[in-house]
Amino acid sequence: MSENQKKYIKKLKKKKKIIIFIQIFIVVAFILAWEYLANKNIINTFVFSKPSKILNTLINLAIENNLFNHISTTLIEILIAFSLGILLGFIIAIILYQFPIINEIVDPFLTMINSLPKVALGPLIIIIAGANTKSIIIMALLINLIISIITIYNGFISTDDKKIKLLKSFGANKYQILFKLVIPNSYKTIISSLKLNISMSLIGVIMGEFLVSKSGIGYLIIYGTQVFNLSLVMAGILILVIISFILYKLITFIEKKLIKKF
Amino acid sequence: MNKNLLEIKDLTKIYHTKNGEIKAIDNISFNLYEKEFLCIVGSSGCGKSTLLNILANLDEKSDGQIKKNKNLKIGYMLQEDALFPWLTILENATLGLEIKKIKTKENIEYVKELLTKYGLKDFINKYPSQLSGGMRQRVALIRTLAIKPDILLLDEPFSALDYVSRLMVSEDVKKIIKAEKKTVIMITHDLAEAISLADRIIVLSKRPSRIKTIYDIKIDGSSALERRKSNKFSYYYDLLWKELDKNV
Repeated sequence: MSENQKKYIKKLKKKKKIIIFIQIFIVVAFILAWEYLANKNIINTFVFSKPSKILNTLINLAIENNLFNHISTTLIEILIAFSLGILLGFIIAIILYQFPIINEIVDPFLTMINSLPKVALGPLIIIIAGANTKSIIIMALLINLIISIITIYNGFISTDDKKIKLLKSFGANKYQILFKLVIPNSYKTIISSLKLNISMSLIGVIMGEFLVSKSGIGYLIIYGTQVFNLSLVMAGILILVIISFILYKLITFIEKKLIKKF
Repeated sequence: MNKNLLEIKDLTKIYHTKNGEIKAIDNISFNLYEKEFLCIVGSSGCGKSTLLNILANLDEKSDGQIKKNKNLKIGYMLQEDALFPWLTILENATLGLEIKKIKTKENIEYVKELLTKYGLKDFINKYPSQLSGGMRQRVALIRTLAIKPDILLLDEPFSALDYVSRLMVSEDVKKIIKAEKKTVIMITHDLAEAISLADRIIVLSKRPSRIKTIYDIKIDGSSALERRKSNKFSYYYDLLWKELDKNV
């Protein structure tokens, strides 16, 4: 490595260090300022709580109220909604692609469902599916499925016509075109739809838990609001932030691993 | 004259669209002889590609006859190489075999031989993105040759390349086709390319395309580059240039 190259790499590393340092600084300063202002009664602790109280709440939750049960409930729901969303989205996108006439028929309905605020269906779902986990999964599916279908389908139809023509010139049938070309060609789109799907599943599950639930992070937040325990609400939000961050990073990591091949 | 491989009679193609009918091809008749290199030239949009699509069974004719042997195998090479980026060169070159479900050991060996013969041996396990435009085009040709076609249909196979690669690749292709003793129909709008490669040139009119003239090209020298240097080259060029419909 030449001298200049070393200098360049060093500069890059230094820049990254500075960025991370400032990021940590912002978080620490924010927490300290929050705590300080709360102790001085400048902000209302009843509404905004304060970091030390939130931490206490978290510890209490962990010891007495099985915090980890709540976390695992939410995680399992997310996982189910996510897998179902991807699987069904993939299958339905294939059906729409293979049978363009079906696509033409359902297109306006898909658009309609897609633009409808799904929360509005919440009460209806509860009545139909009952006040249980099923409703939460259905809620999350409503939110992530349509998006998955549309993203994957768009990946399919963006397949290069020339490549399709090539396969046809070899006498390929519909299914050979699908499996040899269209699906591998949409690999990247399918992977990036995972990312979209995980955040949608998170939104859907929390929304579902707001509507019906006996445990889960969404339940903690709603319960905290109802009994005016704002520390509990804040603690719930904090956990959510951490969960969504970890899930996002995990998916990004998987995405990188899977896409590296090309 | 060699024997007749294809006999095309009164071929007509009409497209139906919302706004009415479009006649793309009007009563075209010609024969294709074994081992000849036939070029079809015409201005862009004259229906050359449609003609090729019909011959390759990718499109249906509206009228007329195409007489051919039932077992005649047709290979089609497109304008772009259309290599699949996620497949290796060998996998790309054997794609046709796989689709036709004839990916036997002997056939794979044959493809490997072709790749080796035409300078792609070291790239067999590489991906298309690692190859130059000319090499990719060679892989595309080998992919077509892999199914051992009796007739090769080339649809402006060099038009996606820059000028220098274009000359080099057309030289390559000519050599390969000659060595493998194939019969070829190539369409192009590049007169110089046609003259440097073809034994016979059909000039099509603008849409609806009819045959204007058919020329036998008799130039010494088998290589495309040599042909370009011959003084008969410009003679044919002038001749064809006058025939071509120019819609600028």
